[in-house]
Amino acid sequence: MTGPIHGSPGAHVPVLKLGGILLVTLQGELHDRAAEQLQQDIGEAIEASSVTGVVIDISGVEIVDSFLGRVFAEIAAQAKLLAAQTVVAGMRPAVAITLVELGLTLPGLRTALDAQQAMLMLDPASVPVPHSPVRRESP
Amino acid sequence: MADHEAAGERNSSAQEVGEFLRRRREQIAQRWADETLFRTVFTMSRDEAVEACRAVVEALAAVAVADQVDNLGAAGFIAVRDQLGRMVASRTRTGAGSTQIADEVAALRTPVAELLRSELEGSPSGRTEECSVTLTALMGTLRLVVLETALNAGQELIDRQRLQLLEVATPVIKLWDGVVAVPLIGTLDSARSQVVMESLLDAVVSQQARFAILDITGVPTVDSLVAQHLMKTVAAARLMGAECIVSGIRPAIAQTIVHLGIDLGSVITRASLADALAYALHEQGSVVVDRNRTGTSAR
Repeated sequence: MTGPIHGSPGAHVPVLKLGGILLVTLQGELHDRAAEQLQQDIGEAIEASSVTGVVIDISGVEIVDSFLGRVFAEIAAQAKLLAAQTVVAGMRPAVAITLVELGLTLPGLRTALDAQQAMLMLDPASVPVPHSPVRRESP
Repeated sequence: MADHEAAGERNSSAQEVGEFLRRRREQIAQRWADETLFRTVFTMSRDEAVEACRAVVEALAAVAVADQVDNLGAAGFIAVRDQLGRMVASRTRTGAGSTQIADEVAALRTPVAELLRSELEGSPSGRTEECSVTLTALMGTLRLVVLETALNAGQELIDRQRLQLLEVATPVIKLWDGVVAVPLIGTLDSARSQVVMESLLDAVVSQQARFAILDITGVPTVDSLVAQHLMKTVAAARLMGAECIVSGIRPAIAQTIVHLGIDLGSVITRASLADALAYALHEQGSVVVDRNRTGTSAR
């Protein structure tokens, strides 16, 4: 049983496992079917490797419609049932404005500025930290 | 057929008025120079006023000869539009309203009408009447042209200032590593809050800011619309992974928000910008040490 074959090449989104965290990087446009497939893949990956967090990096995504927004929310809810936290990282300003205008504020979703911040949020030990969390600094 | 004839007659009356204006140009210019409009604009020398009057009469004559008495965009008016614009601007500066300017332009008709009547004495009465109607129409058009020029100048000014306001009024300030703030001043409308939202979100990306502070100390009133704009900005910032703090809510505004029943429960609010910064620093684990209070180390 291999994975389903998609109509367009590159539609399959890789799900990488880094320590106890799954990293999913989305690029360009994501078609509805690919999004559904991703949702399924993530669920299976969490179950297979018992990870504690999922990071979805969407810094390369320029268009997020209401469907994709809902998919994110569903992935988060689904991951939570499997005891994993989901963080969406690197949303662009234009995308954020569009989602808000659509009324999709995704209240249950955790967000981060970029993938590194997201990894830090989920597992502070997983990322080599440039600064110690408590630091002295001057303006 | 009858229409054609009437048009032909009208045509000739317009041309007659045009020729009359050209012939009596000097006399009209001399009389106009004493009218309020020109007298108050050209206070320096009367010659200048006469010169300006002559140009306007010339333009009117050209318009009449071309039989475009009712046409605001007639070629003849284009030549004097600049000059009329300057005159209107200087009248406006001295505090004249548009009604007053319109009245002053209307006053220019009387001396010309008098001249025309004396000129046409003896010709058939129908002819005289027709010519004065044409003259009245022409002067009415001049009045419209003047007002239009004034309105356009005002509109240009407003457009320019609106652009300036949009640019000036929304600076995004970096307060600390990872903390940006927008001090909002003045009334927030949809266009402005859109600009604020965009520039704040862009700053969040470029400064890698985990905290964004919206300071509304300078916002005089908060109604449900403004509150909605604030909530949108906060939601968008949150989607990008930044936390948004609304600060500078004055007691009166807090009261209004409660009265309106707006739920800002999902938004972090602080009384002052300093409190908001303190919150952000605390959340990101930065510690500010007061050297005088701890007072121990040499440096």
